[in-house]
Amino acid sequence: MSKGRFGEYGGQYAPETLMSALNELEAAYNDAKNDPAFREELNFYLNEYANRPSLLYYAKRMTEDLGGAKVYIKREDLNHTGAHKINNVLGQALLAKRMGKKKIIAETGAGQHGVAAATAAALFGMECEVFMGEEDTRRQELNVFRMNLLGATVNSVTSGTKTLKDACNEAMRAWAEHVCDTFYVLGSATGPHPYPTMVRDFQSVIGKEIKSQMLEKEGRLPDAVIACVGGGSNAIGAFYDFIGDTGVRLIGAEAAGRGVDTPHHAATLSKGTIGVLHGMKSIFLQEDDGGIMPVYSISAGLDYPGVGPEHANLHDSGRAEYYAVTDSEAVDAFRYLTRVEGIIPAIESSHAVAQAIKMVPEMSKDKIVVINLSGRGDKDVYSVAKYMGVEIHE
Amino acid sequence: MNRIDKTFFCLRQNDEKALITFITAGDPDLDTTARLILEMENQGADIVEIGVPFSDPIAEGPAIQEANIRALANGTTLKKIFNAICSLREKTQIPLVFFIYYNSMLHYGLDKFFSDCANAGVDGVIIPDLPHEESGEISEYTKKYGVYQIFMVASTSTQERMEAICRNAAGFLYCMPPSDAADMTDEFENNLNEMFSKMNMISDIPKCIYSDSVRTEYIHKLKKYSDGLIVGSAITETAAAVGTVDEKTGKAGALTRKLKNAF
Repeated sequence: MSKGRFGEYGGQYAPETLMSALNELEAAYNDAKNDPAFREELNFYLNEYANRPSLLYYAKRMTEDLGGAKVYIKREDLNHTGAHKINNVLGQALLAKRMGKKKIIAETGAGQHGVAAATAAALFGMECEVFMGEEDTRRQELNVFRMNLLGATVNSVTSGTKTLKDACNEAMRAWAEHVCDTFYVLGSATGPHPYPTMVRDFQSVIGKEIKSQMLEKEGRLPDAVIACVGGGSNAIGAFYDFIGDTGVRLIGAEAAGRGVDTPHHAATLSKGTIGVLHGMKSIFLQEDDGGIMPVYSISAGLDYPGVGPEHANLHDSGRAEYYAVTDSEAVDAFRYLTRVEGIIPAIESSHAVAQAIKMVPEMSKDKIVVINLSGRGDKDVYSVAKYMGVEIHE
Repeated sequence: MNRIDKTFFCLRQNDEKALITFITAGDPDLDTTARLILEMENQGADIVEIGVPFSDPIAEGPAIQEANIRALANGTTLKKIFNAICSLREKTQIPLVFFIYYNSMLHYGLDKFFSDCANAGVDGVIIPDLPHEESGEISEYTKKYGVYQIFMVASTSTQERMEAICRNAAGFLYCMPPSDAADMTDEFENNLNEMFSKMNMISDIPKCIYSDSVRTEYIHKLKKYSDGLIVGSAITETAAAVGTVDEKTGKAGALTRKLKNAF
């Protein structure tokens, strides 16, 4: 077995043109990780620039309304740029700087990772090109404009299904072509080694904070941590520090779109099989002949036919549980959290909220649940209005 | 003896270099694919690389991506491709090599895939997303069925990697030139020279170079270093530009002849 394995998943299924760059990246990352100066610089930007640590908020009204376990919300939505994506991007951009790369490229689905990458590029004076499916540029026009304002070039991808998967294909092609001077800032805990490990490490700040904040507030660990899973970076970041704490249930919410029994979903772990794509062996939604299935979700950030390899392994071992949440449940949760707590969640994070709404009433009052609210929902207001049949004019 | 080895043996005896042409299976249908292969052989192709269409061909440029879409839209599957090659083998003994993404064979079942390769007469497989680090997964089957994994080497591959790749190499090496390929600067030629000198020191396996350009002076430059030319998307583009099967085979044949003469 090669490097970067999580059980049988992970590995480096990448074109030869990228292999030397991946090895160079791995060496540079290992070196940086063990360098106190790098960690100090990253912490400086996380705390002074991106607004960490993020709050762990006790959702009193939601707790009372649901009538079961106590609900806490980890407010990744309050980070600079509005989502957890900045944690990883600051780490990778600092690494790019350390490696002397002047140009970064990134793929994006909902645009949150693209915006974070464009932000880091502006902050560190780098050139930035973002690949985004044409379909997603329509769904998330506002984020496209934000990226442009930040000085990034947004490359609208018209191949395949014109969504996140195709943006990943195009970013990998572009990286292979310009591998000498370009750093690929991958947005999720996916792709060839070392990305799944590196992205998880940069995102694991979420779980570490949850743990210490929970110990401070409640004097004990939570009973469950719930996060949405597309590629799975916010979830693995929230879960990682709890993997050894077997009393803490780790719960992922996947996108069931119009339902897992329809062809319109992105519920990889519920319906997928083992395969290889985007440099990793993992679980993917596939057609009968081994083609990758077109996927669908109201959420552009969960609209991905695969999942990070560490999640595939946590799923197999049973250490983490994964459930599928439909568009309509996610939209209901979006509206619910907005009304009950005055927090507008990202439509991605609304999947985690919906899963909590299903589980919490069944749990006793002495239990504690943490929802990782990975992003804020301002970007989704148009999509939700459209889903509800409300017309909004600019 | 594997047909690939036989071909390089004969070419070397005649002091000739190999022309390796590429088409996507089922673009736009498998009958056309069979006719294209036979015509390319008639016009001087020494080995034919058959692309197995995949939904997410991450190593391809736009022309071959389009070819993949056309082939898939037409219902091309690996099973149908094997059947088509079985029939084709009654007419030709030219070495046939798959260009296939790892997921396609993994999904088909590795043992069954390589067994079907051996039965149909597929002599080698080029797997763009299975570098030598991961190739242990299939080595049991390539050995069992005598099907070669053709490895890629890139201008970015380190000396250490080249050595590791050459240790497992069979058939020929599929060499990706430096990325500034088209402009033919001195720097490009130096890089090319360095890449091939390194590889020649390590192994005497035939080294074939990939090219997207079919410009004669460029091909002449590549000829100096390599044992064979791997034609990228040129034949796909030529064939896709015309309508009927006769036109497609005519155009593809003419281009093959031109390239064979130039190389």
